[in-house]
Amino acid sequence: MSFEALLFQAVNGFASASGLFLVAAGLSIIFGVTRIVNMAHGSFYMLGLYLAVTLAPLLGEAFGGALGFWGGILGAALVTAALGALVEVVLLRRIYAAPELYQLLATFALLLIINDAALAFWGPEDILGPRAPGLSGSVEFLGRRLPDYDIFLALIGPVVLVALHMLLTRTRFGRLIRAATQDREMVAALGINEAVLFTAVFALGTGIAGFGGALQMAREPANLALDLSVLGDAFVVVVVGGMGSIRGAYLAALLVAEVKALCTALGLVELGGFTFNMSRLTLVAEFLVMAVVLVIRPHGLFGRPQPAQARRGEAEAPLVPLGRTGRLIALAVLVCFAAIPLFSAVASYAPVLALDMVIAALFAASLHLLMGPGGLASFGHAAYFGLGAYGTAYAATVLGLPTPLAFGVGMATAAAGAVLFGWFCVRLEGVYFAMLTLAFAQIVWSIAHQWEEVTGGSNGLFGVWPDPPFDSASGLYLAALGVTVLGLVLIRRLVFAPFGLALRAGRDSRLRAEALGIAVDRVRWLAFAIAGTLCGAAGGLFAFAKGSISPEAISVGRSIDGLVMVLLGGVHSLMGPLLGAGGLTLLQDMVMRESPYWRGLLGLIILLIVLIFPSGLAAGLRRKRGSAA
Amino acid sequence: MSGNAPAPVLEVSALTKHYGGVRALDGVSFAIAPGELLALIGPNGAGKSSCFNIINGQLRPDAGEVRLHGRAITGLAPRRIARLGVGRTFQVATVFGSMTALENVQMALIAAQGRVFRLWAPARRMAREAALALLEQTGTAALAERPAAALAYGDVKRLELAMALAGDPSLLLMDEPTAGMSAEERQAMIALVRRLTRSRGLAVLFTEHAMDVVFGHADRVVVLARGRLIANGSVEAVQGDPAVREAYLGGVSASISETP
Repeated sequence: MSFEALLFQAVNGFASASGLFLVAAGLSIIFGVTRIVNMAHGSFYMLGLYLAVTLAPLLGEAFGGALGFWGGILGAALVTAALGALVEVVLLRRIYAAPELYQLLATFALLLIINDAALAFWGPEDILGPRAPGLSGSVEFLGRRLPDYDIFLALIGPVVLVALHMLLTRTRFGRLIRAATQDREMVAALGINEAVLFTAVFALGTGIAGFGGALQMAREPANLALDLSVLGDAFVVVVVGGMGSIRGAYLAALLVAEVKALCTALGLVELGGFTFNMSRLTLVAEFLVMAVVLVIRPHGLFGRPQPAQARRGEAEAPLVPLGRTGRLIALAVLVCFAAIPLFSAVASYAPVLALDMVIAALFAASLHLLMGPGGLASFGHAAYFGLGAYGTAYAATVLGLPTPLAFGVGMATAAAGAVLFGWFCVRLEGVYFAMLTLAFAQIVWSIAHQWEEVTGGSNGLFGVWPDPPFDSASGLYLAALGVTVLGLVLIRRLVFAPFGLALRAGRDSRLRAEALGIAVDRVRWLAFAIAGTLCGAAGGLFAFAKGSISPEAISVGRSIDGLVMVLLGGVHSLMGPLLGAGGLTLLQDMVMRESPYWRGLLGLIILLIVLIFPSGLAAGLRRKRGSAA
Repeated sequence: MSGNAPAPVLEVSALTKHYGGVRALDGVSFAIAPGELLALIGPNGAGKSSCFNIINGQLRPDAGEVRLHGRAITGLAPRRIARLGVGRTFQVATVFGSMTALENVQMALIAAQGRVFRLWAPARRMAREAALALLEQTGTAALAERPAAALAYGDVKRLELAMALAGDPSLLLMDEPTAGMSAEERQAMIALVRRLTRSRGLAVLFTEHAMDVVFGHADRVVVLARGRLIANGSVEAVQGDPAVREAYLGGVSASISETP
């Protein structure tokens, strides 16, 4: 590897950094003013690109190539900004006072809906845009050809950075944004029209994201996977740069992009007789940058310590262990589930569906341990599901281990991942925790997708069949039921043990818990590890149940399924997630399988839940019951 | 205090803290003896909060030292200081809203006993008697099974006191123990603290705005103004101190001489 190659990649890194920065900057500005982390931010980037590749040829026909191309980019940015304003007025305005989790879910629902809308509008095929007129050539740089457009992109980032800086410091609108970021009540007290300010800020942020997406027109085709991949990257950038800091966002984008470029430039490296392909490390590089920065500066490069956020929504009622009736009901349900194989002659599908429900129950219950008693809403629980599933599948197929041992390997893999990632995540709270968990899940997904030698790439691993006696539908089902019941019992014991009490204490008041001598971070770390391990068990069962595992099964969609299960059932009850898991599994099986747009439908369901019960489902039901009485 | 005074529970010496060019604390030193109720007062911006937060570990001083029973605890994390036998109550009383009053105190006792990482045995049966005894002492036994989120504010304050006492501390730090309470509640609360400190030989450092509380109950008063210690003595001595009157210039100067 030559110095020239390194320098060449460094310039490339600047070009990538600009794209990352545009998305992260918008996310940061919106969060600063509205305190909402816009999960659909990547969607606006994706929409920007789709709009650009659609508008550019149209405008090109009317006004000629150059005007078409640049007009297309500008038009795409303006249309995304307008769409952003529409979303703010129609949706976000209703949820500013809702609990954080609901805001995250509502914007995530938007992501699902926008993705399906794009699928309906533009179809599943990638769409290529025109090349940039006047910038389609390349310049000779250190003996290689550097595309003009990349140089242009490399410059755009700093230009937008300066423009945003001017906007924020020199204009009245900018001063209002900064004032609102620092003290929202003050702005309201000064008699400024908050509603207009919020709409404008959201339009600005989404417009910048759309602009960033549109600029990629000459570099990459518009495709439906962009929203999530960009979102994951943007979260990493924002966490590294420090939430709310524009400078931090640019520096972090540059850091991440340059480290990635460096890995690509290094290519194959020989070390002690082994050959490493460094370009494969680009995904891990992102993680490493984040890890190093967060260890040295827990709030990001330019971030400030997060103010303790007041908990919105009602305090949960004290948890009470099951009484006699409760135990009898639980036992009865268990007996019913255990008896399902007896009916397989009549309804052959029953054990298959019941197996799905049992796996979902363990998955949801493990997530609920974090969300409910822990108060930590993980948006990346699929990571541990995936680690468990891949660990099990790899051990069962490639290593040829017996079924129970392979399952153990899967759980151990998930545990290791949860211990590693958890160490970083538990330092953060609220939206920061949600963002970091999602970013980690994206990294796990990407590794599953790209580490072909081990994970089988996009095809995944096949032929993960259990040994006897687990090879029959009933055998596997009963084993899964046993594992799930053990997991649920463990979770219940934990929640009522001193550990669970301490976990709830840290959620209710971290300050008070620390003042009593409780090491809140350590308690949360252990909870994260246990939840991840149990989730890994669900993943292992899943691999055996399906006989295969692929990246698709561990995508962000699975994390969101978990969140919906927990919310449907009610986050304030230990039984809730089980009901939610059963309900959503049935719903997916019966209705959603029939339609290619079922993710969008799920999004609509989430939006309905959030809009009808803005303070939480459980609280909503309690209110209903209260008014009926 | 006379020549053979007992060894102090807490000694702070030459505490200094700057914020930019502002000296929030400038060489502040004082000590507290066992069983002593010491009030830390001063006008707004005098450095009370900085001083308090340095002692409880939330803030690191630029210079100076905090000693607990002769052991330096400067800059230790709040949870480590708590484990060394320092109880705390907050200006806005903070308890665990999703637990019953009893569970709140049980949690405090379990934490003090270092049993937080027990994963299996139910917490309900742990430290139950001791928790009920603490609720009894603070007059909240009748509320044991009530969710803490549903308690009246005065009861929350007393529950918080019970929790702060759970570790059998030798020092209690109370940030405005009577803030947000009515006049009668204030007197009852401070009388309760007074009783508990006497019976346990507990040293209490408290900040307070309500002068009736300070002058009616404190054993000794330390006065800060603009980051400096300007007076340290009995209630009578402090009330008669011209420097203190000077610091509380204006409308407040009238109220400071007002004894209940």
